[in-house]
Amino acid sequence: MDHAERPEAETVLRLAGITKRFGPLVANDAISLSLARGEVVALLGENGAGKTTLMNILFGHYTADEGQIEVFGKPLPPGDPNAALAAGIGMVHQHFTLADQMTVLENIVLGTRPLWSFNLGKAEARQKIRRLATDYGLDVDPDRMITELSVGERQRVEILKALYREARILILDEPTAVLTPMETEALFATLKKLVAAGLSVIFISHKLGEVQSVSDRVVVLRGGRLAGERRTSEATRRELAELMVGGQLPVNEIGPSTPGVTLFALKDVSTRSMGGAALRQVSIELRGGEITGLAGISGNGQAALAALIAGTLEAREGDIIVHGETARHWSPRTALDKGLGRIPEDRHATGMIGDMSVAENVISEAYRSPRFSRFGFLDWAAAASFAGDIIKAYDVKCPSPDARVRLLSGGNMQKLILGRALDGDPDIILASQPTRGLDVGAVAYVHARLIEARDRGAAVLIISEDLDEIQTLSDRIVVIHRGHLSSPSARGELSVMELGELMAGHGVAEGADHAA
Amino acid sequence: MRLEARATTSGAATILWPAGAILATIVFSSVLVMIAGASPLTVFWLVFKGAAGSQFALLETLTRATPLIFTGLAVAVAFRARLWNIGAEAQLYLGAVMTVVLGTGAVTLPSAGLIPLIMMAAMLTGALTLLGPAILKTRFGVDEVVTTLLLNFIVLLFVSMLLEGPLKDPTGLGWPQSQRVIADAQLPRLIKGKRLHYGFVLAVVSAIVVWVIMKKTVLGYEMRAVGHNAEAARFAGIPVNLVIVKTALLSGGLAALAGFSEVAGLKGNLTLDLSPGYGYTGIVVAMLAMLNPLGVIAAAIFVAGIFVGADAMSRSANVPSYIAQVMVATSLLTMVAAIMLMRYRVRWR
Repeated sequence: MDHAERPEAETVLRLAGITKRFGPLVANDAISLSLARGEVVALLGENGAGKTTLMNILFGHYTADEGQIEVFGKPLPPGDPNAALAAGIGMVHQHFTLADQMTVLENIVLGTRPLWSFNLGKAEARQKIRRLATDYGLDVDPDRMITELSVGERQRVEILKALYREARILILDEPTAVLTPMETEALFATLKKLVAAGLSVIFISHKLGEVQSVSDRVVVLRGGRLAGERRTSEATRRELAELMVGGQLPVNEIGPSTPGVTLFALKDVSTRSMGGAALRQVSIELRGGEITGLAGISGNGQAALAALIAGTLEAREGDIIVHGETARHWSPRTALDKGLGRIPEDRHATGMIGDMSVAENVISEAYRSPRFSRFGFLDWAAAASFAGDIIKAYDVKCPSPDARVRLLSGGNMQKLILGRALDGDPDIILASQPTRGLDVGAVAYVHARLIEARDRGAAVLIISEDLDEIQTLSDRIVVIHRGHLSSPSARGELSVMELGELMAGHGVAEGADHAA
Repeated sequence: MRLEARATTSGAATILWPAGAILATIVFSSVLVMIAGASPLTVFWLVFKGAAGSQFALLETLTRATPLIFTGLAVAVAFRARLWNIGAEAQLYLGAVMTVVLGTGAVTLPSAGLIPLIMMAAMLTGALTLLGPAILKTRFGVDEVVTTLLLNFIVLLFVSMLLEGPLKDPTGLGWPQSQRVIADAQLPRLIKGKRLHYGFVLAVVSAIVVWVIMKKTVLGYEMRAVGHNAEAARFAGIPVNLVIVKTALLSGGLAALAGFSEVAGLKGNLTLDLSPGYGYTGIVVAMLAMLNPLGVIAAAIFVAGIFVGADAMSRSANVPSYIAQVMVATSLLTMVAAIMLMRYRVRWR
């Protein structure tokens, strides 16, 4: 009762010795973690380090085999998702859990009212949402439909949803993955206001820069274990990186490019929309020996561009020019026949057939060639030996060519895709989100292979929402916004903020179509 | 309660879960049998005896299994490529129509030429029956569940029209039935004086051929790829729509063979009760077989055995033979559950 006697930083959440096993795999090994009032703790770790499992335990989606959780000094009953919510913990998932065809207000109120109540208490709710929005800089119109909102706005709705339910502890899972640099800044500002108001935040990330700029304390997980814990102010970036990876950080050397002739070009191509904006009068040239990076906020036409080049989306107008010749007909088959290597954005949905084996998957682009089939019969021995070659050359961790692809990790799946796409040394390579969701080691590996392809003279297009990746790899950067491309800029020509401006549609993006 | 995908399914589990499914079916059916006032043990013994207890019973079961193998294969092939062909019934009937059109004297050839000709023509008819829905699906995205299902009723009415009109047997005393196929167009009996005919051999051979297609050929690979993940298949350059059309042709052709073999091997003519729903039961058979072509043989014999056995049982135990329908339907549901439990582990909370 006496305010003076309350310690400065009261512990609001305590995880003690959390262990979770999945069969032989120990996903969390005796992890302890505490969170103080008004504190931002960053949970840093690669994919598979156990971050998500830990949070799923906190949220009652899994039950821990060992260990306890205390929230505001009271033990949290295990395995009950409602208990965490009732105790004041709110979570913002990486993949939003919003109903698209409902308004912001309805989404926020959803599930907070008893089933048998006749009204949603909208007026009251609207007022509360407005107040929360102004207090914390979470600017969204409560009456707009979710479909009309940008990704950044949707995230704000998710945060509002948690705050509306009186969350005192907020967990954000990779919140910046989908944001522009400006939106990220805004999110960080909101987080500062939240902690100033006495909330506590767990910030899950694998990006060191962000962790350093937003957190008070960093907890690093590696391979399911607590690898270390540091005050952010006392830790160097390198130290955190090494804790996360468990050793030296792999570094790719990228030399200067020696651009050759144009191998692939789009001329004034327009498409229908697909997973976001449509392409409008897009022109781009990809030269041999050069990596072109396409930056942009998710949903601005990257999916359409990738699908167009891959052959799964038709051009409504304009030309596709490969090796100087205008392609009459364009499909995945022709793309492959013309020597394109393609890495799709979504490994699970587009890249691989999860329920089929490694061997069956690696031949999916070439099964009709005499190498793998004769007279309509497949040569499974040849397929298995090809799979074996890729497994060896790309260091894929998998039990055998007969293993179902579904059982492989994202990194290993991506290596298979890489092996399939780069087989036969294609001289035009499309890599769409090539490292999304991969751990640092796998990222470095994928990058190295793409650089290698460039150095042997291939034209490489990398489409990525990770600006760091684009800046590291690209010899030239093009920004996409609402289906328009900016004119290319050379490596290092534009700063992050300038690129961010282009990504947000300010500046020259729209006018660039008329430039030479 | 939640489901967690299993990384692997142990060998024991692939036997124990289906065995459990059959046990659950027996337990559930027992309750119904007791309600009907009979002893479950007696009833199941009678069903078993009626299905496999004598040479006659066994041959009858295999005879009944023959069309189910064909329709089961038709469904297994289509479902493997995620083409939901619910129209095996229609394809069966049109295959039968083609059999009587060519087999009642319109073409005269020695049987070594006539039978393959009729068989091919019947397959082609069935294939074309499913071609329409397949093209509607690939070109316009029309749901094939709806088109193939509704086509069953259209075809049945069409056959009814034929049997009252052009195909009506003038010597049939006014019954809606076709003329009998000529001797050269008939499939010989496997054992003289018994009902089991060479259609059964054809069915088993078809199952083996389909198995080879699915496992060893480019087409089978394409079908499985399209069925498991059409988007990834398309991305890899597999001509998805063409594969769906080819699948439809194969599936329709197989279903039509059921009609061909029933007319040319067993009944001799076409009537409106040629098939007591073999097309629909084919779905059950394919699901019980987990879409495995060789499994279809076993599943078809199992389902046929229950029907044949239940008929025999109802005559002596005074329990309605509808119990067979219940058992088949229950075994489908429990088997589907068993297949799911083989792939997923149930976590309580």
